[in-house]
Amino acid sequence: MIKESIKMSWKNIVHNKMRSFLTTLGIVIGVTAIIALITIVEGVNNEMNSQFASLGAGKITVLAYGTPLKQGLNDNDLQKLLEIDNVLGISPTLSMDASVVRDSLLEENVVVEGKNDVYFRHNSELILKGRDFNILDMENKNRVAIINQDLERILFFGEDSLGKDIQINGITYQVVGVLDEAVATDVMSVMETRMGKKSDGKAIIPYRTAMGMAGISNISSLEILIDDTNRTDEVIKDTENVLNEAFNYKDDSYTVINLDSLLDAMDTMSNMMTTMLAGIASIALLVGGIGIMNMMLVSVTERTTEIGLRKALGATPGSIQLQFLIESIFLSLLGGFIGLVLGVSLSWAVTTLLGIPFQISTGAITLGVGFSASVGIIFGWAPARNASKLDPIDALRSV
Amino acid sequence: MAKEIIHMRNIIKSYQLGDQEQIVLKGVDLDVYDGEFVSILGPSGSGKSTMMNIIGCLDTPTSGEYYLSERKIKDLDEKELAHIRSKEIGFVFQQFQLLPRLDATENVELPLIYSGVSVSERRSRAKEMLVKVGLEDRLDYYPNQLSGGQQQRVAIARALSTNPTILLADEPTGALDQKTGHQVMALFRELNEEGRTIIMITHDINIAKNASRTVEILDGNLTGGVVNYD
Repeated sequence: MIKESIKMSWKNIVHNKMRSFLTTLGIVIGVTAIIALITIVEGVNNEMNSQFASLGAGKITVLAYGTPLKQGLNDNDLQKLLEIDNVLGISPTLSMDASVVRDSLLEENVVVEGKNDVYFRHNSELILKGRDFNILDMENKNRVAIINQDLERILFFGEDSLGKDIQINGITYQVVGVLDEAVATDVMSVMETRMGKKSDGKAIIPYRTAMGMAGISNISSLEILIDDTNRTDEVIKDTENVLNEAFNYKDDSYTVINLDSLLDAMDTMSNMMTTMLAGIASIALLVGGIGIMNMMLVSVTERTTEIGLRKALGATPGSIQLQFLIESIFLSLLGGFIGLVLGVSLSWAVTTLLGIPFQISTGAITLGVGFSASVGIIFGWAPARNASKLDPIDALRSV
Repeated sequence: MAKEIIHMRNIIKSYQLGDQEQIVLKGVDLDVYDGEFVSILGPSGSGKSTMMNIIGCLDTPTSGEYYLSERKIKDLDEKELAHIRSKEIGFVFQQFQLLPRLDATENVELPLIYSGVSVSERRSRAKEMLVKVGLEDRLDYYPNQLSGGQQQRVAIARALSTNPTILLADEPTGALDQKTGHQVMALFRELNEEGRTIIMITHDINIAKNASRTVEILDGNLTGGVVNYD
């Protein structure tokens, strides 16, 4: 019985190819949109989350612009920050452009960053080969450098750079380590890589050395590493107290960024975004459902005689209703599957284009297929009911 | 004495047209016995279509007694009526009423689907019926590839496929030319000789003559059993 109904539905759908196609189109568009939007948004989200999480877990970032009188934080301020309860360490950062020379090779506009041992202690995965900075490098102001692969390629042509000397702005440093470029380290460099900006040469030297090279005595950017992340808020409060004191309570002299809370906010936002997009896409499904209902109503009217005949041949109202219901479910599921294929391919294409990992969202697929099936049932119900209620005498007479 | 298949007493059918009640059947009595070939003869508007609908359980009488194979057809709901149609009645219509998207075999199989016969048995029974009506070389033809006479024979095969108690035909030759009409009538007589009970509704006395008994319906009244054929 059900098999016959499916077969019959298929014949009717194939017979009215153009009409079936146009009717299904609404569902196709709806399901494609739902699946593609959810998959893409989820993909982008996961990617951003995982990157931000690796950057932001257990630390807060402080940008200390300072005041005209005091640009940035001095050693005394840093010491105070270090003494805050629950703080593991402080990693100051400064960055400048410099020229790097090895033998007779000159590379200009190399980004030179000043960091300390704390930074590497919590980002040990950054080192591809060699070693990171240790406490002695810091205290002795050793002239050591960690360079990235680009710079190693430019200056050493595939030769091993470890233990060799380079000159940064005329001062000789020994290369002790090479950075792994697969690991993005901070928000800005992630952004730059995302934007497709090619990362060029980069060298990291102990921050005090860098400060001397840049001719500054204050630090304006640093990260505070936190032990117990459940108590991040307290640390932020204490940090703000220290900074207020350092800058004499002047407005806009600093910013404290907590990536964890940023991450939460981003999560909420993207969830809202997903819901909203799915909502918009379901409008397409609704419209598609109305299209299906319309086609089914037309179909019932067209096939009045057939319905009458089937009834005369012994079809019960239930079996007539079932047949038309199956036809509308079949039609919308057909649209659902086409939409599924299109949606998955579309999201694959987009994620590949964006360079983020493609992951099929089972939730999206369940939603898409489930939605289209229910559209078939909901919007097929009334026409099928109409068909089952036709009086066989009237139906047969309407030749 | 042959078994009584149809037993009708004082059948009245009326319709409400606006605030006027129109009585279409005015107390009809009819008995049909197993193996009979009865034609119901009447001009248009005489109530013969209503008669056919009631016999075929497509409609129920307003009042009166109707027993079909000793079952009382009254107060049955739509589902039960559908089952009776499926088991007891084989319909043949004036306009054949074949489904255009199904081939001959599939059309004949149609009523078997509703009486719950298995796929393989459906197929073999449909073929058997089509062979019986002389269409063994037209099994997979679609209705639009068949002549009117052939289409009506497919319809007859379809009506016979469930082995119904009664073959109920409504103007079966109405859409056919005279020669094909005669062929269809010959088939009917043949089926009747094999023992099939047939009730045929027609307005044409020459067609009615094929039956073993003719009753005439005029203005909602069934007039006496015998009609003078000549």
